[in-house]
Amino acid sequence: MQPGIYIHIPFCISKCHYCNFYSVTSREYVPDFLESLFKEMAMYRDQFETFDTLYIGGGTPSVLPAEHLEELIQRIGNTFDLLPDSEITLEANPGDLDATYLTALRKTGINRLNIGVQSFDDAVLSLLGRRHTGTEALAAMEASRTAGFDNIGIDLIYCVPGQDMHGWMKTLDQALNFNPEHLSCYQLTLEPETPLGMIYRKGTAGLPDEEREYDFFIKTSEKLEDAGYIHYEVSNFARNGTFASRHNQKYWDHTPYLGLGPSAHSFKKNKRWWNHSSLPAYIHDIEQGKTPVEEAEVLTDDQLRLEALSLGLRTKKGINCIDFNMKYHVDLLTEKKEIIAKLKDGGLVDIQNGSLSPTRYGLAVADSLSLI
Amino acid sequence: MMKNIRNFSIIAHIDHGKSTLADRMIQYTGVIDERSFKNQILDDMDIERERGITIKSQAITLPYRAKDGNVYILNLIDTPGHVDFSYEVSRSLASCEGVLLLIDAAQGVQAQTVANLYMAMEHDLEIIPIINKIDLPSADVEQVMEQIDSQLGLDPYGSLACSAKQGTGIEEILEAIVQKIPPPKGDSESPLASLIFDAKYDPFRGTIIYCRIFDGIVKSGDIIRFMHNETTYKVEEVGRFLLTRQKKEQLSAGDVGYIIAGVKTVSDVNIGDTITLDRNPCHTPLPGFKEAKPVVFASVYPIASDDYEDLAVALEKYKLNDASFSYQKDSSVALGQGFRCGFLGLLHLDIVQERLEREYNLSIILSVPSVRYRFTLNSGNVVDIDNPSYYPDPMTIAVSEEPYIRATMMFPERYLGAVMKLCREKRGDNSALNYPSPGRAELIFEMPLAEVIYDFYDQLKTITQGYGSFDYDMIDYRESDLVLLDILVNGDKVDALAQMVHRDRARTRGLHACERLKEEIPRQMFKIAIQGAIGNQIISRTTISPFRKDVTAKCYGGDITRKRKLLEKQKKGKKRMKMIGSVAIPQSAFVAILKSDQT
Repeated sequence: MQPGIYIHIPFCISKCHYCNFYSVTSREYVPDFLESLFKEMAMYRDQFETFDTLYIGGGTPSVLPAEHLEELIQRIGNTFDLLPDSEITLEANPGDLDATYLTALRKTGINRLNIGVQSFDDAVLSLLGRRHTGTEALAAMEASRTAGFDNIGIDLIYCVPGQDMHGWMKTLDQALNFNPEHLSCYQLTLEPETPLGMIYRKGTAGLPDEEREYDFFIKTSEKLEDAGYIHYEVSNFARNGTFASRHNQKYWDHTPYLGLGPSAHSFKKNKRWWNHSSLPAYIHDIEQGKTPVEEAEVLTDDQLRLEALSLGLRTKKGINCIDFNMKYHVDLLTEKKEIIAKLKDGGLVDIQNGSLSPTRYGLAVADSLSLI
Repeated sequence: MMKNIRNFSIIAHIDHGKSTLADRMIQYTGVIDERSFKNQILDDMDIERERGITIKSQAITLPYRAKDGNVYILNLIDTPGHVDFSYEVSRSLASCEGVLLLIDAAQGVQAQTVANLYMAMEHDLEIIPIINKIDLPSADVEQVMEQIDSQLGLDPYGSLACSAKQGTGIEEILEAIVQKIPPPKGDSESPLASLIFDAKYDPFRGTIIYCRIFDGIVKSGDIIRFMHNETTYKVEEVGRFLLTRQKKEQLSAGDVGYIIAGVKTVSDVNIGDTITLDRNPCHTPLPGFKEAKPVVFASVYPIASDDYEDLAVALEKYKLNDASFSYQKDSSVALGQGFRCGFLGLLHLDIVQERLEREYNLSIILSVPSVRYRFTLNSGNVVDIDNPSYYPDPMTIAVSEEPYIRATMMFPERYLGAVMKLCREKRGDNSALNYPSPGRAELIFEMPLAEVIYDFYDQLKTITQGYGSFDYDMIDYRESDLVLLDILVNGDKVDALAQMVHRDRARTRGLHACERLKEEIPRQMFKIAIQGAIGNQIISRTTISPFRKDVTAKCYGGDITRKRKLLEKQKKGKKRMKMIGSVAIPQSAFVAILKSDQT
């Protein structure tokens, strides 16, 4: 597999109440940003050559006009080798997706849309601070289809304060009616520095407890798998299993990736580095001819092993123990025999053809699985 | 000149300012200058400072020019403040003629004030009440004086007021020490009789013996004899404790000071033993000697088996400075190689554990502490067993016996009913009741030691609201109906959690152990069954239900490093737990079993 490239577009029209990704709401710096981004791209010409996935995330990349996105993709193609069958994903806000924009997007090379629907319930959407309604989301999804997108992913959020199982199941039904190629269902994480995180602390009334979280997680998995989706990662479901995100998979198996733009992370071999989470700092460094890197880490073998274990056990595919032993010199099936047997008895993992993989119930405790 | 010597101690309820007052007196008498003044000099170990107790007694000599123009030698002897060390306290007090009884002006007379007073009274010491912290806005000196009269039965007009923090009233206290505390009695012409009240290890000089000379003279070159040990040593150096040791030509009757005599470890010295001269010994040793014998036993294991050698080295070093601690090799099926250790009590055990962890940077696990039981087997052999791992096959036991103590408790009379009830619950027997002074009850009970180490002292303090003092002596072994209580975690016996208990206690202890383990063992990905068993009979059980959801939703570029750091931290935490089969058991679980529900 070839490396992937990620572009962080740090602009939003408004900030959602749960989101802690870096973005600014003024679009004043869009031209400066794009200029810097192209320069940053050029700085990595020697370190990366070929990509077969491109993911444009943010922020809200769909606030950029289609011609900017087109230019961006062309620049990437000019700077690196972006293979012809590359997966090119754009994250989009339903509020931005009208027919004209979508038609223009079709010409940019983008072949996969990931729409941040989050919910079809307006009460939930307003609590989350989304700038669109459920009806608008449905309309955006339909318009995307009409415009010719045949690989559409929908993002949804559950375990929102006040949300009950019935409401969530209804949202899932509405999503399934559309028959999307991909579904990401994220349990709401209360990030401390966000408005929601400040209002709701762990243990606050109205938030689901562990048992409720478990119920949501399992019911989601059951419902979507019954509908023909494969629960291929903790929060991700792919129709028929064939529409799994090729780009995201790279994060989970230590495939190299290059991240450009403020706060973007990159990984290659045993090194990970990330950019400033500040647009001015990002632009400033690039003006100075420096890579806008805030910090870098070189991973030890132990750290790589721990990551491989924890990331692998978040995916249905799990860990191929023979490969793992070759790479990290740990024979899991022998050294962890006792605990693995116990986990197997408990229905948390399966062992097949030398692979250790989590079951649906195992995925729910994937954080602990990696500590075996 | 004995008439210019005063030997005294400061006793106080916790936090009433004992160390601060000591420091002020040290500062006032000029033993130490302002610049090198370090707060609370007398407590020189971190643990002591943090727990607010002085574990090992120390001494310091304060030369003081009184208003009468004469220079007096004031020997301040500091005392530890817990029942595990009550014998050491008694030896320190035996070396004094008087005490300063310190009372917080805002808090007034407190439980420990009373308990300490009782102790000083037992030693017939002159008692000077000192009201401290008069600088506090909430200070109420009059009320405290009233309490001194009504609750302590002391003359309130003999009391002094001070603020150790601000350094006021210190001179008056020093004057009172000179005027009220009698000078020591003794005869320098008589054969040497010197009481050992402490001993410390010095890596360069060997053991430093802290002593009070009652009769005679000791100087370098003398051949001294420890009367209990019947060992002899040649004196290398004698001297006094100023801020550092100050060599002197000799120590004579009435003096407090040190002797260095090539004694290799503190274990070669017994606190309370009498030092005399080999060629001219005193007729009888000084009274009150007891051998500090360990009464509580527990095994200590390194959490990581690689640390075994480090633990061995640490114990060897630790032992140099703690004569009442003993250890030998031991091994556990569940916990691997370790050591069986003997302690004076549970506090002593806590302190040793903490010091090993802190000063030697070791992560250790202690098995459930036990007393030493005695079994007469059908073969007629008698075995003493303090380790449940060696509990004999029940079929071979003819007679089981457990150690008994004579507990002496003192407390205000109003608590009598409650204390009697507690003692009976603890299988106490043969009680005797005295009233040493009006309103003050002295209750004596014979009780199994095992009940006392369990949680007795904590409960006594609770029901007497802290006013109860407690001391005990071992008396004998008595026949008892004992059983071995096993603890099983997911069906595996954990030998380090086993306890030898009285049959009547087995069920409650079994339930208690299960409940405590349930609280201490973190939930895991699978169910954990905890059972208490006698032989094959399960007498208690509980289940720790698994957690079912812990996964974080997102894990992309920026989340991976954050996630890994969290996992690394959790992994580190897990390393501090002991794996029993596939269950991770934290250190705290092993101690928790023995703690009562109330503490």
